[in-house]
Amino acid sequence: MSEPLISTLLETPYIAGLGVEFDHRGDELTGCLPFRDDLVGNPLIPALHGGAVGAFLEIVATGSLIVSQPLDRLPKPIDIAIDYLRPARAADVFARAQVARSGRRVANVRVEAWQGRRGAPVATLHGHFLITPKRSDD
Amino acid sequence: MTPERQKFLNDLATLLVDGSPHAVALGFKVDDVGEGDAHMRLPYREDLVGDPETGVIHGGAVTALLDHVCGLAAFTGFGGEDTPATLDLRIDYMRPAEPGQDIIAEAVSLRSRGLVSFVRATAHDGNTDEPVAIAQAAFMITNASKAAQDRARKAIREGDAS
Repeated sequence: MSEPLISTLLETPYIAGLGVEFDHRGDELTGCLPFRDDLVGNPLIPALHGGAVGAFLEIVATGSLIVSQPLDRLPKPIDIAIDYLRPARAADVFARAQVARSGRRVANVRVEAWQGRRGAPVATLHGHFLITPKRSDD
Repeated sequence: MTPERQKFLNDLATLLVDGSPHAVALGFKVDDVGEGDAHMRLPYREDLVGDPETGVIHGGAVTALLDHVCGLAAFTGFGGEDTPATLDLRIDYMRPAEPGQDIIAEAVSLRSRGLVSFVRATAHDGNTDEPVAIAQAAFMITNASKAAQDRARKAIREGDAS
């Protein structure tokens, strides 16, 4: 785990501006994107912006990589694929990630986001991230 | 395209960006919009930085820009009648954007027929040959978006009547 790196991540201007919060216990992390009016993409539905939900999933993936192992630097996304399963309503969004595989340079992560019901996900992300694990002899 | 049609698309594009609170919050601008294509811009802002050491804009802001520009291309690809919802969005982050530079995103609808639209987009910071990110997305006209569209049309009609 890299506690300072989690703080660095959350204090990043874009992430702090989005209002992302982490509930972090041991090597487990749940992200929360508290609802705010300026997260709405289409006010007629009203639904959260797909980009805001996608960005949140990416941030939870990054945070989960940081708590899963000691890293020297913030992970960087290589590629991501987001599936939008339901319109994200004007409400808080939560997300949890699973590190499917973590190698010496690249990690493969899956993230699921939900609102009211954990069993009714609003979006999922699958992506590869470039990582720099701390060397064990450090 | 007739000047009237271009004006119709420009007005819709402006509505779809300035009418979207999140797009406004991130500072998105529309540069150009045609039948099934769209160019948008994310002006550089320090509060969008994702890596304080380098000053590079966060990938999430680029994700949001690509989602929006692809949605706009899908929307005009469908003829500007229905606002489609994102089904999926795949992004390759080719390289970090140059700090201080605007990010420009260009999207083209490859096919928009029936309920589904397939869109491809590139994001760059000045040179189209050196993309920052490329994206491929699918959009769909959903019941929720149709209902929203009907509400918007109704509101416009009632506004006209009064």
